[in-house]
Amino acid sequence: MAVKYFHHALKFRKEVCIGCSHCMNVCPTQAIRIQGGKAELTDNRCVDCGKCYRACPVGAIIVEQDDFSRIFEFEHRVALIPNVLMGQFPERVSINQIRSVLHELGFTHIFEVEHGTRILEGAMKEYMLRHGQRKPLISTFCPAIVRLIQVRFPGLTDNLILLKPPLDIAASYFRKKLLDEGAKNKEIGIFYITPCAAKIAAVKSPVGDDTSDINGVINMDFIFNKVYTSMKQGHTGKNACQLPSLFALQPEEMLWSLTEGESSRMPGRSLAIDEISNVIEFLEKMENEENTDIDFLELRACDQSCAGGILTSGNRFFTVERLRNQACEVKLETPENGVTDVTASMEVYRNFLMDNIRVKKVLPRSMEKLDEDMKQALLKMQMVRDIMESLPSVDCGLCGSPTCNALAQDIAQGRAEITHCIFIQKKYEQKDWLSSRESLEILKDIWGEEKFGSRKN
Amino acid sequence: MNQDSQSMHFEYNVEGGNFSRAGYASSEIKKLLKQLNVDMGIIKRTVVGCYEAEVNVVAHAYTGTIYVDLNTESITIRFQDEGPGIPDIDQAMVEGFSTASSKVREMGFGAGMGLPNIKKNADQMKISSIVGKGTTLEITMLLQ
Repeated sequence: MAVKYFHHALKFRKEVCIGCSHCMNVCPTQAIRIQGGKAELTDNRCVDCGKCYRACPVGAIIVEQDDFSRIFEFEHRVALIPNVLMGQFPERVSINQIRSVLHELGFTHIFEVEHGTRILEGAMKEYMLRHGQRKPLISTFCPAIVRLIQVRFPGLTDNLILLKPPLDIAASYFRKKLLDEGAKNKEIGIFYITPCAAKIAAVKSPVGDDTSDINGVINMDFIFNKVYTSMKQGHTGKNACQLPSLFALQPEEMLWSLTEGESSRMPGRSLAIDEISNVIEFLEKMENEENTDIDFLELRACDQSCAGGILTSGNRFFTVERLRNQACEVKLETPENGVTDVTASMEVYRNFLMDNIRVKKVLPRSMEKLDEDMKQALLKMQMVRDIMESLPSVDCGLCGSPTCNALAQDIAQGRAEITHCIFIQKKYEQKDWLSSRESLEILKDIWGEEKFGSRKN
Repeated sequence: MNQDSQSMHFEYNVEGGNFSRAGYASSEIKKLLKQLNVDMGIIKRTVVGCYEAEVNVVAHAYTGTIYVDLNTESITIRFQDEGPGIPDIDQAMVEGFSTASSKVREMGFGAGMGLPNIKKNADQMKISSIVGKGTTLEITMLLQ
């Protein structure tokens, strides 16, 4: 257990946590327990999907980000923005306005992440041709999904498409371009404006890759608030600074991070599935069948994909609508001046980008096993089964584990006691094996002293 | 509790004709093997064979029971069904042989790969059948 596999961007603030167990009940990998009145995270089980963040009623879970002022440590300050940022604002706010305010805030360059998708799309198609026997190939776009597969579906790690996501390609390109224009490496600060926690975790400890071209991560809600406040206060950005040539995205690039953004571009039979419980249900079924004739799977942890990221501010359905509308408008206006600019410029770097597009093998990190040693695991399995016979199977969560089965496993692994179960407590009290005072103490240990304090009585 | 602490037994019922539940037992068996920390390749082969056999019971039999015998050396899964039985097992073992109607084949089933595929994935396979009574299929996988 000592080995820590993942960096987590989600942090639990003990001093704020009220031990309500909402997070425990929504966690799709059962990574959370309640102990001493506080939520506790099992690091290696967590995949950074952010469900807990959304469920927390008191804001005890935060998403760690870099301090905004860090951007001023660099001479060249690049904001790497995913297109969903543009979908956060009301329709009357134009893309240029948003970009302009970002410049005012201090960024010297603004570059859309999705510019990385053109090169990636070609590379993915080539990859699919070469690895067609490993059907279905699974996109690595969503880092929460990559981690989910590592911990819950380790047998599918071989199906992952081992190519960098658009974010890393865009970052490599922009750094290289600035270097070639004479900038020094240490003067370049590339900051990603993230819609979710999983992307942060992936930047801080990329799966299957050791280094990152990204210097820091800033949460999208933070940027949204900055931009929106600035606009509300009259900084329209319209004449504040001259914009560099417009790097307009193509419609398919604008839509890449939405559901079906990838699957609609891939050859053969492709499926797109969003929302992590849907993904789990699907993969659970898929693991059973040997031959599926699905060629490509686009899997995203959030409902409506990145438009539903936990750090977005807008309603995800409106965001999707706006982005689709924006994509339609681009279609009508093409060809636009700047369009050829970035495409041509990235073409120059095609070989460089393609040389670095591969990531290392993604290793399975199964968290299902009861023990490394099979003999021990079998004994524990037996124990779980025996314990389950006496547990009530109501999954009330009062023991501090999310389900009866999770409690049984916790007990078998020495992390909990059978008396944590309130049904067992009642039974034991009846038989005089446990005093009512003792059982109260047990509940206090799990839920904290305060919950039994004198709030009313 | 079992007398033999080094071995565990599980049982699952299979309802003939109910395809919406087909695969349930295979998923449970997969979970067990994952908990045991069995090699992923072995799990994959077990589950593929198991799923195929489970679907066979659903497709052909009236009712069936899956008996699982699990220890650290091996897992043995016995599919015992009450159904029409298989008149000619040797023929059923031939790749491509199928009794399925063309309609069923159009749906993507009945390619005649079921039993041969199970055999291919299993470390050991035994099958016996009595026409009009039912079929018993047993597969064994070595876990080490």
